[in-house]
Amino acid sequence: MCGLCGVLGNEGDWTDAPARPFPGARPTRRAQRLQRVRLVNAVLAQFGLVLSDWQGAKYQLSSRTGRTEVVDNLAQVWLAAERILGRACDPLDRSLVARLEQIEQMG
Amino acid sequence: MPEQTTSIPVNVITGFLGSGKTTLLQRLLAAPELADTAVLVNEFGEVGLDHHLLQRLDDDIVLLQSGCLCCTIRGDLSGAMRDLYSRRERGEIRPFRRLVVETTGLADPVPILSTVMAEPVLRHHFRLGNVVTTVDAVNGLMHLERQEESAKQAAVADRIVITKTDIADASGVAELRCRLARLNPAAPQLETAPGVALDPDLLLTRDLYDLDGRAEEVRWWLAIESERPSAAAPGHHHLDVNRHDARIHAFCLRFERSLDWNAFGIWLTMLLHIHGNDVLRVKGMLNVGESSGPVVIHGVQHLVHPPDHLPQWPDADRSSRIVFIVRGLSRDMIERSLAAFARLGAPAAAAA
Repeated sequence: MCGLCGVLGNEGDWTDAPARPFPGARPTRRAQRLQRVRLVNAVLAQFGLVLSDWQGAKYQLSSRTGRTEVVDNLAQVWLAAERILGRACDPLDRSLVARLEQIEQMG
Repeated sequence: MPEQTTSIPVNVITGFLGSGKTTLLQRLLAAPELADTAVLVNEFGEVGLDHHLLQRLDDDIVLLQSGCLCCTIRGDLSGAMRDLYSRRERGEIRPFRRLVVETTGLADPVPILSTVMAEPVLRHHFRLGNVVTTVDAVNGLMHLERQEESAKQAAVADRIVITKTDIADASGVAELRCRLARLNPAAPQLETAPGVALDPDLLLTRDLYDLDGRAEEVRWWLAIESERPSAAAPGHHHLDVNRHDARIHAFCLRFERSLDWNAFGIWLTMLLHIHGNDVLRVKGMLNVGESSGPVVIHGVQHLVHPPDHLPQWPDADRSSRIVFIVRGLSRDMIERSLAAFARLGAPAAAAA
């Protein structure tokens, strides 16, 4: 537990594992985490949600109306998103995939 | 990760009623290399019989009764495993180096695998080893068609042992092998009958965490690429969606360019959150960029093992290859969706 903020540590999720587990490997864990947030936001934007990093330990998921949940890892992001939206975010949804493909074409 | 290499492998032996699980276990336990093996036997019904068939009934064979392991007594499984581990640490039983769990014939093996992989205490002491599924050469086809549990047992296997081949006709065995290859092309099939030698090393010991064997293991997974069934393939019947094994299918996706690790993690967590029940297994070898070897991922339904980094590639091919065994999900949609997510993490997208 963090002595300053009282937040309990969480067990590492598989998605937190570094892509390259070598000492001094780039990108660093921190950079990888920030890139993860950027990529998730590209997907969450399709649902009107935003994710932000919280102290390198948690994530904060917010809706446009200000509804917010704090989660530990990516798996929990989708669970929290479902609670906020009232429906699941399906990566096999054709319209979502088509919108993501459009982003790439515009990029 | 260090805990994976030092933790005790747990092998699950599953297979439909009468398919020869206990006989297989008996024969395996007789092998000297498996002398340090503890066993958990699960039986359905009030009077357990199978454990009487096991010759070595001693302190490290535990019988779980009064219910099927997959649904009613998962707590018993984790309790029994914790208890075995405590007794091992206290020196009350021999320091076993492997645990074998024999399920009931009616068990859905996936919750059992989940218990081993996800239970907070167990996962620090145990790791999932090979899942061995026995299929009866005489009745196996019928079980696969009529019993969903049988099809799932075959689909999640790392090794498939076809039993009773001595009393089955050759064409029936050939058709069964063909059906099993479509359900789970990544699992090597072995045949056994009385008097036919079994290789305990191949069945149980050689797995992804065995440094000498994992390159070969990964090659088996990827053999699926050459096994893609076509409508004209001999022995393949037209798909009948009412048949239990017809909705379960396996395929391998290949990505020539490196995959962004974050993009892949985002996609897979999202997929498993909503479709986890239908992703029976996912195994893959990913090229995540500059790393000298691939990242190996391995999941069962909602659970994914911590990724393992191989020091080198098993062959000259540097493409990412991912094997899926799914129930009722479209291959095309999975491929298109993963490709869209992967491009979000590609360097061009990152620069945009």
